Amino acid sequence: MDRVPIIKIGKYLLATIQTDVQDNVAVALQEDLAARIIAARARLVLLDISALQIVDSFIGRMIADISGIAKLLDAEVIVVGMQPAVAITLVELGLTLSGVRTALNVESALAMAGIRDQN
Amino acid sequence: MAASERVTVALRTQEDVVSLRHRVREQAVVLRFSLLDQTKIVTAASELARNAVIYGGGGEAIIETSLNNGRDGLTLTVIDHGPGIPNVEDAMRAGFSTGGGLGLGLSGTRRLVDEFELRSEVGQGTSVRIVRWK
Ligand SMILES: Nc1ncnc2c1ncn2[C@@H]1O[C@H](COP(=O)(O)OP(=O)(O)OP(=O)(O)O)[C@@H](O)[C@H]1O
Ligand SMILES: [Mg+2]
Repeated sequence: MDRVPIIKIGKYLLATIQTDVQDNVAVALQEDLAARIIAARARLVLLDISALQIVDSFIGRMIADISGIAKLLDAEVIVVGMQPAVAITLVELGLTLSGVRTALNVESALAMAGIRDQN
Repeated sequence: MAASERVTVALRTQEDVVSLRHRVREQAVVLRFSLLDQTKIVTAASELARNAVIYGGGGEAIIETSLNNGRDGLTLTVIDHGPGIPNVEDAMRAGFSTGGGLGLGLSGTRRLVDEFELRSEVGQGTSVRIVRWK
C-alpha cells in the first residue's frame, strides 16, 4: 500500500495527495497525520488535494474527519487546491464540508494562517 | 454513424474501485464529456463500486458508451450478488447508512446522473444502472 507523504516545513506539515488513492491509503493518512501532528507539535496542516480528480463520499468524509481530529489535537487543517469540478460535484453529492477550511493554493493558505497567528 | 463500446471491470477490492474510476474516466474522455461531466460520472461510479465491494461482497461493472447521432452517453451498470437491500426507500435517503458511512452514496449518485435505476432483491443481489448523457 502506498502512503501519502507528509513533510514538515518550518512549523507546519504539508501532506500532498499525489494521485488517485484507494480507501485504505486515505485511512492511513488520517492516522499518520494525527501521529505527525503530535510528534512535530504542529499547529497547522496543509492538505494539498490539487491532484485529486474526484472526491467521493468516502474521501470527503476522510477530509472532514482529518480536520476534526486535528482540531482535537489543537491543530488546524487547511485543504488546498480543490479543483472547481470537484467542488461542484461534492456539493451536488450532498457534502458541503462546512467547517473545513480551504484555500486555492499553498500561498494563500499560509497567508490565511499567518493572519490568524497575528490575532 | 453509430459506434459503441463495452468494457467490463471486476469489482472485488478497493484497488478495483480505483481501476473502475480510471476506466470510466477514459470512456468519458472518448465521449468528449466536459471536465465537470467527467468528474460527476466518475464520482458516481466510485460510489456504486464501493457499495458493491463493501455491501455486495464484490461484483462487476459494465461501462457502455454509445456514440449515436445526437445521443452520446455513458451507461454504467454495477451488479453484485450480495445480500440485497431490504428497504430501498431507506437506502436512497440521504444520511441512511448501515456501514457507518455518510449515507450519501446512493442519494448523491442519483443527483449526479440523468438516469438512475436500482434493482435489488434480498438474497439475490443488487444492480444499479446509471446514464449520463453528453
Ligand atoms: N450493493 C449493495 N448491497 C447491499 N446493500 C447496499 C448496497 N448498496 C447500498 N446498500 C445499503 O444502502 C445503504 C446506503 O448506501 P449509500 O451508498 O447511500 O451510503 P453508505 O455507503 O452507507 O455511505 P457513503 O456512501 O456515504 O459512504 C448502505 O449503508 C447499505 O445498507
Ligand atoms: Mg456508499
